[in-house]
Amino acid sequence: MTDLLKLSGVHTNIGRYHILQGVNFAVAEGKTTMLLGRNGAGKTTTLRTIMGLWPPSRGQIALAGQRIEQMATPDIAQLGVGYVPESMAVFADLTVKENLILAARDGPLDTARLEWIFGFFPALRKFWLSRAGLLSGGQKQMLSIARAIVEPRKLLLIDEPTKGLAPAIIGSLIECFAEIKRRGATILLVEQNFHVAQMIGDAVLVMDNGMIVHRGEMAALADDTPMQERLLGLSLEAHQ
Amino acid sequence: MTDLAATDALPKPPRDLLPVFLPAILAVAMLPLVGSGSSWVTLTVASLAMGMMIFIMASGLTLVFGLMDVLNFGHGAFIAVGAYVATLVLLPLAGWVQADSLWLNLAVLAPAALAAMAVSGALGLVVERVLILPVYGQHLKQILMTTGGLIVAEQALYALWGPQIIPLPLPTSLRGSFIIGDIAIAKYRLLAMLVGLVVFAGIQLVLARTKIGLLIRAGVENREMVEALGYHIKRLFLGVFMVGSGLAGLGGIMWALYREQVHASMGNDLTVLVFIVVIIGGLGSIGGCFIGALLVAMVANYGGFLVPKLALVSNILLMVAILMWRPRGLYAVTSR
Ligand SMILES: Nc1ncnc2c1ncn2[C@@H]1O[C@H](COP(=O)(O)OP(=O)(O)O)[C@@H](O)[C@H]1O
Ligand SMILES: [Mg+2]
Repeated sequence: MTDLLKLSGVHTNIGRYHILQGVNFAVAEGKTTMLLGRNGAGKTTTLRTIMGLWPPSRGQIALAGQRIEQMATPDIAQLGVGYVPESMAVFADLTVKENLILAARDGPLDTARLEWIFGFFPALRKFWLSRAGLLSGGQKQMLSIARAIVEPRKLLLIDEPTKGLAPAIIGSLIECFAEIKRRGATILLVEQNFHVAQMIGDAVLVMDNGMIVHRGEMAALADDTPMQERLLGLSLEAHQ
Repeated sequence: MTDLAATDALPKPPRDLLPVFLPAILAVAMLPLVGSGSSWVTLTVASLAMGMMIFIMASGLTLVFGLMDVLNFGHGAFIAVGAYVATLVLLPLAGWVQADSLWLNLAVLAPAALAAMAVSGALGLVVERVLILPVYGQHLKQILMTTGGLIVAEQALYALWGPQIIPLPLPTSLRGSFIIGDIAIAKYRLLAMLVGLVVFAGIQLVLARTKIGLLIRAGVENREMVEALGYHIKRLFLGVFMVGSGLAGLGGIMWALYREQVHASMGNDLTVLVFIVVIIGGLGSIGGCFIGALLVAMVANYGGFLVPKLALVSNILLMVAILMWRPRGLYAVTSR
């Protein structure tokens, strides 16, 4: 099994704050890796650092063997990395269709792939020509994810997609992640809800204070309640 | 491109149309104050023509501001350079300008306008690379750099052309007015309105219908996400900056013909005006910029007629009034 993404000794500073303090982990190709940890642990910073939005001050990041820590965000994206930020960042003034046209960087929208996406996100078909700013929170999340997968991507970085969403919508997101994985994409997913994490994760990373404090198989952590409590504490349970 | 029929549409919130009607409301409200109908028509046409010219000059600035949060205090330099470049074509070919033939007049005006746009646009390329690229995200340095650039440009124009005012007569067939009853409508003002409308429609079309336009609108909202989708927004910005500079150059030749003179200080004078327009309209909003330009021109024309003493401060008063009503301008597109 090869590693698609590998971080070695990554440090990130935001202004005068030293946020990531030597992050080491690898994400196996074709697997879904969950990144867990309490609020403020540095999960979002990790994804933004990989994406080049906050470049690391030290350390190495390799994507499929290629060093990317010095690369600009658009070049990293063009290597096949899709990003679903915590804020979703849909373009509110653009329609659903226009959001996806921009996301389809390499050409016109692929109808078959759109049908595949509409399969688990029917609301996007329904509101195809509506302004994205008018969508509900869950629909915006669907659009943000759809943007990341409207063309095949090697690696998807997804930040807390279920936050604040109703259970029914979370269900369709889980189905979507399973489908994406079936198509061969590798996913690095930040998730606070351990029930959800358990259902979709193959591997798990736990982060605290800007460092990875646990890495292993999801199944092992799911079976080990004492370890869950030690690593994840109350902050995760509160979200269940 | 896939075109699905949306099976459903979300209820649209009522469109915010009040600013769109503002110029019309203002014009109607001025009718009783101005008194004479023919003076009112003249003032209104003058306002529309002047507003369109200001819009052309300001349109690039609002996109530059909205897209990259860059404060370009040197935008007026592109206006002045456009006007001076136009003299290079119009003065040597004065014979064609004076000829009593619309076609000869246009045959000299069109290349003059193209040259003005091309040189201002090319200057935009240099300015963006040399002055703005090093100071992204640093407002104070942007102000210093671009203000410095404006001073250098003004001095360079003085050095090359001398300090005197250069007269720039209107081509013969654009002089005079169409007379309808007791109403006179200056021909050049009609042309200015026409060009302004074409530029406005063109920009709107690009923004609404092309992928570049979508990228610009998306970038005004969230440039980080545009980059995360794999687009080099700085290249896009350079393109917008050059087109904006070129339009400023077009505005420069139009303004020079309107005033029938060219002077190096025009860049300086107009910078203030276009900034007021951009702020009134809401940073990054082309529609807001258009309405803002019309309002500024109306206040200048009606105000100058009714209360000449207020002419100097009327634009500032207008800006304060608009910002008290809408603190982020008529249309707030960016989150800033
Ligand atoms: N823009 C910022 N400026 C300063 N500090 C920040 C910024 N963004 C995040 N931080 C800090 O970095 C730490 C990690 O944040 P983040 O990566 O968002 O955590 P998580 O996603 O795990 O909740 C937090 O202590 C947070 O306060
Ligand atoms: Mg976070």
